[in-house]
Amino acid sequence: MTLSLHGIAVALGGREIVRELSLDVATGTVVGLVGPNGSGKSTALRCVYRALRPVRGTVRLDDADLSTLPLRHSARRIAAMTQDNGSDLDFTVSELVALGRAPHGDRDPTIVREAMKRVGVDHLADRGVLTLSGGERQRALAARALAQTPEVLVLDEPTNHLDIAHQIGLLAALRDTALTVLVVLHDLNLAAAVCDRIGVLAHGRLVAVGPPREVLTPTVLREVFGVEAEIVAHPTTGRPQLLYTF
Amino acid sequence: MTIMFTKCAFGLSLALLLSIVVAIGLGPAAVPPQDTLRYLGAALTGGTIALDEVPVYEIIWQLRTPRVLLAAVVGAGLAAVGVGVQALVRNALADPFVLGISSGASVGAVTVLVTGVVVGVYAVSLGAFLGALTAAALVHLVARTASPLRLVLTGIALAYAFQAAMALLVYLVPQGESTATVLYWTLGGFGAATWGALPVVAVLVVAGLVVLRRWAGDLDLLALGDETAVSSGLDVRALRTRLFLLTSLMTGAMVAVSGAIGFVGLIVPHLVRMVTGAVHGRVLVLAPLVGAVLAVWVDLLARTVVAPRELPLGVVTALVGVPVFLVLLRRRAYVFGSTR
Repeated sequence: MTLSLHGIAVALGGREIVRELSLDVATGTVVGLVGPNGSGKSTALRCVYRALRPVRGTVRLDDADLSTLPLRHSARRIAAMTQDNGSDLDFTVSELVALGRAPHGDRDPTIVREAMKRVGVDHLADRGVLTLSGGERQRALAARALAQTPEVLVLDEPTNHLDIAHQIGLLAALRDTALTVLVVLHDLNLAAAVCDRIGVLAHGRLVAVGPPREVLTPTVLREVFGVEAEIVAHPTTGRPQLLYTF
Repeated sequence: MTIMFTKCAFGLSLALLLSIVVAIGLGPAAVPPQDTLRYLGAALTGGTIALDEVPVYEIIWQLRTPRVLLAAVVGAGLAAVGVGVQALVRNALADPFVLGISSGASVGAVTVLVTGVVVGVYAVSLGAFLGALTAAALVHLVARTASPLRLVLTGIALAYAFQAAMALLVYLVPQGESTATVLYWTLGGFGAATWGALPVVAVLVVAGLVVLRRWAGDLDLLALGDETAVSSGLDVRALRTRLFLLTSLMTGAMVAVSGAIGFVGLIVPHLVRMVTGAVHGRVLVLAPLVGAVLAVWVDLLARTVVAPRELPLGVVTALVGVPVFLVLLRRRAYVFGSTR
């Protein structure tokens, strides 16, 4: 099953935020979206989880145009961890995670418990979400998305409140789920370590896409991000890693 | 949690029934509960009572019973609408009147009163109901989207306009009654309850309670934020519009018969969440029960404390509500809606 963006364009407040973006996410792969602030990463993701509708182009899931599916049907297949950082109300963690079952119309406790275990929040099950730390809450939200038992997982900066152990833990857990993942990441080294392919966005356009090794080059880093960096291969995994020059 | 929820629901239902019987019996002419039950039985089954009991029976059946039932219905409705509006505008401090609906109702009531455009026993209530719906339509029209912040700000702004319009009406047409009407609608009360007016509001409110309870799962999702809600398959805009319509209709119906009774719709949702947690499926069962019990007792206080005169209901709810609210605010264990 493949998720694909076909030449999507999004305009917000009269400005084109995303222009002619095409990107394929093959079944079971992890594709990262990177780019400087305001390059349109989150906006592109919002089209996938249907908070926005592109003005041109389509988002397709197995050749079905998403905009033709009822919201609830696509929600059974695509789950998202958005920039919404929690809840207005003091749900317990297990109540929050159980809300992931909403599109399926059940509260299957086995799935809920399994999802909490996967991201290591099962010990917080009865804690109120408003009393959690930012990182704990973020992991609870990841568990909520997993409880949706989707085929595709869309994540908007899922690691921004996490300590380094949990950053690695969450991304490794997501990679091990064998889900199809589209993820926005700021940390390019994390992206290089977990993504099968990386797309680089600049001013709403896709300027490079491919395996990390091919995409994360000194030229791209200089021209898109405006930083100088050396690229070295990780001594054990062989993945590219960036050494920034200050 | 589920066992406790069932116990709470059962206990509160029982408490509500008892409160209704006791409250019907109490007043300037106090009647023991067994007599109250006998009169009610006689009224419902067409039984007979002694001739010398007729005056008391008339008080019980024609005055107090509709009044206490109205208090229960409106208390339940206000508590549930409070939960609904707090979810709609994503604000823990919202109450049923935050969208300017009660001010609109007052304008409608006073307009009818001073102009006499509608006549009849329920003219003022009808005016209040139309005023409430007009206010709701205006708020929705001006806010254009049902986005939470715009709704609240528009509601607050228009409420000022309605209050100004009402003050102007009272100023220009200073009939003896208009000032009293304004005061009545602002502070609320169940003194106008009759068997004639009860069915309409009861049907609207009970139907509204059922519908709100059916939307409970969607209200849970709404609390996670619009982005997460839509990614969970919820059409957020459509839900907000439906929720706005339903809560406006319920509020309008209640304000039309009992004025703007404060604090019930604000406090009860929080009280219930403290005990049972935030999940709307439970809150929307318990909050109406708590609201009903509270309103029945508050009304009893209002009509007995300074009998034969009556305290305005808003005064009593404030006396009970303000301390409860302040204690809530100081409790560390209860996190008030927003993040710390």
